[in-house]
Amino acid sequence: MRSLWKSICVYAFLVVGGLISIYPLVYMFMTALKPMTLLFEFPPRFLPSEMTLSNFRNAWVSQNFALYLFNSVLVTIASFGLIFLFSSMLAFAYSRFDFKGKKLSFTILMGGLVIPSLTLLIPQFVLIRQLGMFDSRWGLIVIYTAGAIPFTTFMLKGFFDSISRDIDESVEMEGGNAWTLFSSIILPLSKPAFVPATIFNALTVWEEFPWALTIINDPAKRTLPIALANFQGQYTTQWGIVFAGSLIAILPIILLFLLLQRYFIAGITAGAVKG
Amino acid sequence: MRKKNGTAGYLFFLPVFLFFAVFILYPLIRNFLYSFYDFRLTDLNHLEFIGLGNYRHVFQDHVFWISLKNIFIYGIISVPGQMVLGFLVAYALYQNRPGTKTFRVLFFLPVITSWVVASLIFKFVFTDQGYLNYFIMDVLHFTDKTISWLSDPGKAMMVVSFLGIWKGVGWAMVIYMAALQGVPKDQYEAASLDGCNAWQQIRHITLPSIRSTTFFIQMMLIIGAFNVFTSIYLITDGGPLHQTEVMLTRMYQKAFTEYDLGYASALSYVFAVIIAGLTFLQFRLNKQE
Repeated sequence: MRSLWKSICVYAFLVVGGLISIYPLVYMFMTALKPMTLLFEFPPRFLPSEMTLSNFRNAWVSQNFALYLFNSVLVTIASFGLIFLFSSMLAFAYSRFDFKGKKLSFTILMGGLVIPSLTLLIPQFVLIRQLGMFDSRWGLIVIYTAGAIPFTTFMLKGFFDSISRDIDESVEMEGGNAWTLFSSIILPLSKPAFVPATIFNALTVWEEFPWALTIINDPAKRTLPIALANFQGQYTTQWGIVFAGSLIAILPIILLFLLLQRYFIAGITAGAVKG
Repeated sequence: MRKKNGTAGYLFFLPVFLFFAVFILYPLIRNFLYSFYDFRLTDLNHLEFIGLGNYRHVFQDHVFWISLKNIFIYGIISVPGQMVLGFLVAYALYQNRPGTKTFRVLFFLPVITSWVVASLIFKFVFTDQGYLNYFIMDVLHFTDKTISWLSDPGKAMMVVSFLGIWKGVGWAMVIYMAALQGVPKDQYEAASLDGCNAWQQIRHITLPSIRSTTFFIQMMLIIGAFNVFTSIYLITDGGPLHQTEVMLTRMYQKAFTEYDLGYASALSYVFAVIIAGLTFLQFRLNKQE
């Protein structure tokens, strides 16, 4: 009897909490389906009395969300490529070589884990202007990449270290050089480490807001987060379109999450080091 | 095989470290220098040394103190909120009851919802004509006056803190679940033989064995609380009259609305020192216990 009560309490807690977690998202979805005229209808309804896809059509076509989605995808993929190339090179150097300045540089790099990225906003802004990358997608890509290097290197180095050095020797005996070892042995063996790291970096880059807000002025180069913020502030807010756009922004992440849940949780748990 | 010396290592190391140095280390140093100069966005080539002038301005600025106070309010509500709820959810889920997987997904969805989207949803739910006011006034009949959630500074801070909790519980849950799996089962069995009830078990067995996780979560959440920006920027933009400003929104505004980059650099250093100090303090306290 007591354990039945306990179960009921536990499930009541979980159901209430779960509903609070999901409610704002469902409400957003319902609002996106409402025709604009019913946005502030009284009494408000949770389930729209009339459903329409016009908000999605408006967001996609007349408000250019197709373009913003494209920009976000482009910036994320490019940052990704660079993050992995650079971090795996660095992790490989730390894992397999001895060189002057190794310890010091590694300590400095790990210091980079604890710098809040926004404290660098101003000098990075000046630097990017001086380099002529202001108002360009490159300005986003290089800063996202640089910011992700410490964490990704740390994660990959741990994995590379766990790959036996006997393999290095056999590569050398067969006449392979360091590049052979890196590209045809270490990288292919490290797939399990790449997936969680990818997911963590993808989330960070995909949703990044303050930096993009700072350096992108040209509407044609906006990524989804700044496009949403900008559209929201523009006129009397057309919330239906804002939320249709928001759904365009988060659906890819939610789908990815449902498909790769296990890796997501591993990635977030590992990414916790970065906060 | 021993680790190798020589040029090959440098070929992998140098280009990447140089890249990192240019875009992270160099700005870090430049920021420190800027903080001693009168430096404005309107003329990036003009730098005038003013010593500690910017720091003096920071500490004399009443908005700085408001922003510090608001950070503490946000932290004091959202950090324990995320920790306690995250722990309770993890505790309810880690024993693999039926439905665990579904609940885990539900609690985790806010974590992967971007800050921008989450802030916009909350802004909409809490507007004067929003669903929440309707619910309170016309369904529950608690009051017949419109509650201005977002234009009253105190309430607005509550809303933003609640958003922080909503978004962060799933994160704390995931970390706690991993830790709870590691608590040895035989300890619980011994405790239940001794007649311990659930609360006693949590207090005397569970919490002590996951102490390092709790410390880690607490530290991360405090750092996270200091870094709150997007939600305030989008929901209140620091208003009305700077009453809901936090340190990063103030820094952003000084830099890009008032063009005072020197002040903003000084503020960001003060910010970094406070975070470093708090982190150090927590490590000390944790050691003493």
